[in-house]
Amino acid sequence: MITNETVKYIASLSRLHIEEDRLPVFRAELESILQYIDQLAKLEVANVPPTSHVFQMENVFRDDVVAPSLTPAEAMSFAIDQHSGHYKVPKVIE
Amino acid sequence: MDFETVIGLEVHLQLNTATKIFCACRNDFGLPANTCVCPVCLGLPGTLPVLNRMVLRSGMKVGLALNCTINTFVKFDRKNYYYPDLPKGYQISQFDFPIAKKGFLDFITGGQEKRIGITRAHMEEDAGKLIHDDAVNATLVDYNRTGTPLIEIVSEPELRSAQEAYDYLSALKLTLQYLNVSDCDMEKGSLRCDANVSIRPKGEEKLGTRTELKNMNSFSAVKRAIEHEAERQARLVFSGGSVVQQTLLWNEEKSVTVPMRSKEQAHDYRYFPEPDLVPFTLTEAAIAAVRGELPELPFVRLRRMVAQYGIMDYDAIILVSDRAFADFFEAAALTGVDVKSLVNWMNGPLMKELKERRCRVTDLKLKPLDLAALVRRVNDGTISNLAAKDILADIVDSGKDVDLVIREQGLAQVSDEDELGKIVDDILKEHPQVVEQIRSGKANAAGFLVGQAMKRMQGKANPKILNEFIQRRVMHV
Ligand SMILES: [Zn+2]
Repeated sequence: MITNETVKYIASLSRLHIEEDRLPVFRAELESILQYIDQLAKLEVANVPPTSHVFQMENVFRDDVVAPSLTPAEAMSFAIDQHSGHYKVPKVIE
Repeated sequence: MDFETVIGLEVHLQLNTATKIFCACRNDFGLPANTCVCPVCLGLPGTLPVLNRMVLRSGMKVGLALNCTINTFVKFDRKNYYYPDLPKGYQISQFDFPIAKKGFLDFITGGQEKRIGITRAHMEEDAGKLIHDDAVNATLVDYNRTGTPLIEIVSEPELRSAQEAYDYLSALKLTLQYLNVSDCDMEKGSLRCDANVSIRPKGEEKLGTRTELKNMNSFSAVKRAIEHEAERQARLVFSGGSVVQQTLLWNEEKSVTVPMRSKEQAHDYRYFPEPDLVPFTLTEAAIAAVRGELPELPFVRLRRMVAQYGIMDYDAIILVSDRAFADFFEAAALTGVDVKSLVNWMNGPLMKELKERRCRVTDLKLKPLDLAALVRRVNDGTISNLAAKDILADIVDSGKDVDLVIREQGLAQVSDEDELGKIVDDILKEHPQVVEQIRSGKANAAGFLVGQAMKRMQGKANPKILNEFIQRRVMHV
């Protein structure tokens, strides 16, 4: 059972703000997702090999060879705020 | 009631690959902030990680060295949390199919062998560095470290004291150094350790509530933090309280543990398979090939060297404490020189020279054959111990031939009986009362005469031969 509290907790872990009046909407949606999972769990899969990835590919590697990184200007071009070559964010520790 | 401490350790090892785990950015320390970052390690939308093949290889090496089973099916998972050091909002790690599981590490603690279980070892990416800057009232982020390859090594909660934890860490570090997959430098952060600590009444099977200790910057800090935490928990339980599961930060200056604030430890990682990376299958042949490349590991080498050379555990521990040092010893021993003397010269005078120079034996010009030659010249009486130490101090840097230095500096001991005879006769004449003492049975009075003779010969005599010579002369002249 998904409660409004569960919805709030999941939202907080995902840093999402959800208005009180929207909680029942998400509760119902999450509930139906879980019901679907329950439905899947009832399937007979003893003879089906587990899927861990939708692509039938494996062992994709890269050689350990250095390639150029971004220039400092490019790296900083994504920054909303910056200070002496660093990305600047609100203080996370008082 | 008697309590026992239960400790499990989580060690993070930064690998020394050329590039990061999922992108081709340089894997390097000490570069200016945000100069080795790219769209992949910055987690920009539309980018895809690709595994560095050397990381998987190092992961296999670490797993095999810790006697683990290597999983033939390996995949990555996302560990989700929001913090500014993690640009994607998740860390790519491994959850249910790590590279290695169920191993052990053997080591010596308190003079006894101990085996500690290794639960698992997995691959993951490191996070960025945060600087909390009061001057600008903000947190500054450097993403150079983001994507540095890590191996996390988790032990079973089988360690029973802070000292055991320290000895386990030392043995683990040594094993990892032999593999040459990391700097293993705790000060630089290339090796980091968190400790899970709980206490329980002796004889109790059930584990007590544990706390997690973080922020220790050296092995001795790990030891002190565990000691402190075990005492804190015992005091708490004795006074009727109970341990609360939480994460504690070790404060080295004040020697106390401080709880991390609850906001920071609200960890519910919601792992799920990483869709951007396909799985990996490892064949038994590939695993066997990596196993074949492993060097002889320190504990196995220790046991073999004790058996093969008949040396003490204590000496063997020093020899294997650096792979190159043990290699040097074994190369010198191959010449057939007396092994006991060789060990003494390695762990004594040579070690002293290394400590003075703060370097490894491979940094010296001295070669194993030179040390063997030096030891041989001491043992056959050509040079005195004292002269040999001077020669060693010279040849570690110059790499000169031992016999050449002996000749050049005239350090060979005088054992020519005629030459000795003249000097000794002079000394006997000068000290007739000492000669009388020796004749009347005080054999150790000869020590004074030996000293006098040595002085006159500027130390270039073998004191043992000189002593015998003087005794004979006194009795028969
Ligand atoms: Zn990158």
